[in-house]
Amino acid sequence: MTLIPRTRSFQPPAHAPGYKSTVARSPSRALISGPATATEQTGPVFGHEVLGEHDNNLILNYTGQPAIGERIIVHGRVLDEFARPISGALVEVWQANAGGRYRHKKDNYLAPLDPNFGGCGRTITGEDGSYEFLTVRPGAYPWPNGGNDWRPMHIHFSLFGSSFGQRLISQMYFEGDPLIARCPIVNTIPDQAAIDRLIAPLDMTRALPLDCLAYKFDIVLRGSRQTMFENRMEGL
Amino acid sequence: MVQKLDTLPETTSQTAGPYVHIGCTPNFVGIHGIYETDLGGQPFPDDAEGERITVTGIVYDGTGTVLRDVLIEFWQADAKGRYGPGAQGFARRPSDLETGEWELKTVKPGANGGQAPHIAVWIVARGINMGLQTRMYFEGDDHSSDPLLTRLEHQNRVPTLIAKDTGNGTYRFDIRLQGEGETVFLDM
Repeated sequence: MTLIPRTRSFQPPAHAPGYKSTVARSPSRALISGPATATEQTGPVFGHEVLGEHDNNLILNYTGQPAIGERIIVHGRVLDEFARPISGALVEVWQANAGGRYRHKKDNYLAPLDPNFGGCGRTITGEDGSYEFLTVRPGAYPWPNGGNDWRPMHIHFSLFGSSFGQRLISQMYFEGDPLIARCPIVNTIPDQAAIDRLIAPLDMTRALPLDCLAYKFDIVLRGSRQTMFENRMEGL
Repeated sequence: MVQKLDTLPETTSQTAGPYVHIGCTPNFVGIHGIYETDLGGQPFPDDAEGERITVTGIVYDGTGTVLRDVLIEFWQADAKGRYGPGAQGFARRPSDLETGEWELKTVKPGANGGQAPHIAVWIVARGINMGLQTRMYFEGDDHSSDPLLTRLEHQNRVPTLIAKDTGNGTYRFDIRLQGEGETVFLDM
């Protein structure tokens, strides 16, 4: 099994001046490409023992009292490039509260903190690669970049597959948010289809009547190819 | 039209942003009570075999300014060159919110598969659109047959991948994102 090299043409380039923070934080030299080794093809495996009972319930996991906001389920599957489910993947999320404020000493936005919202959660995918969170829909918020730039509503996602070379952090956006098209961070992505794949559709089949709405967000991590024309197949 | 490939494109990366700690090391930024401990706090148990080492460093941007909001992950083999089991060998370190310095206490990895001992390093922060992949090798080890280091066209950049031995089991590994002395970043 060999990790497939990354296709970078639809990934955001390191230097993307519309998002000003990239200008001084982007390497100017070319990345050194090469075949994945054991270092990239192995990775940490997290067991369910790291999870607490409410880790995937951001509405309750901070104080036990419910957070304020629009109640939503976020669910989906973690797959590889061959559409095979990745089970046992650690999924970590973090987000602003319903007013668009993060619980962080460096965030001094006007919107108040919610005393019952911490802003992080995690879970591990099931056999079919599925995961779900219960949370509140995060608010949009302004940020210092251009003169009047706003982040669309979004949830940050961190993914561990089965190998360290699959490591990925991204953001999930919400269907219909007019701020997506205006966002300098979204627009670092050079490919509209790649942007569209970060937008979670409303999923009424998973919404709970009189309780919460639902959004679906599938995630694809690098795959590993297996061919008898290369190395020995796994286990042979 | 030709046949369709039935493969899926990898999900697009987006920056981890300035508040990555909320999700990855919440206790470090004062969010207590959700996770008992932050993930990746200790790569090996206290009784693991091998030489104990402490690596410190700072991440600098292209203007020479220190990053104080960076999160670094490490993945390494144990002292015998074996990966795993479980999450053993994984560490996650935020830089200090004031000084920007990070510190990794671990065991020195052994060689694996013809590669010189090294630790995989993955860097995310505001302004980094896709996690930056690099490696930390160690001063004093034999790097003469390491497949990656020997293959680099610009051999004068190899030192950016080697942690300096500062004595008594301590090493220094600064990372420069851009410009003079820019660290070699990988796509593996």
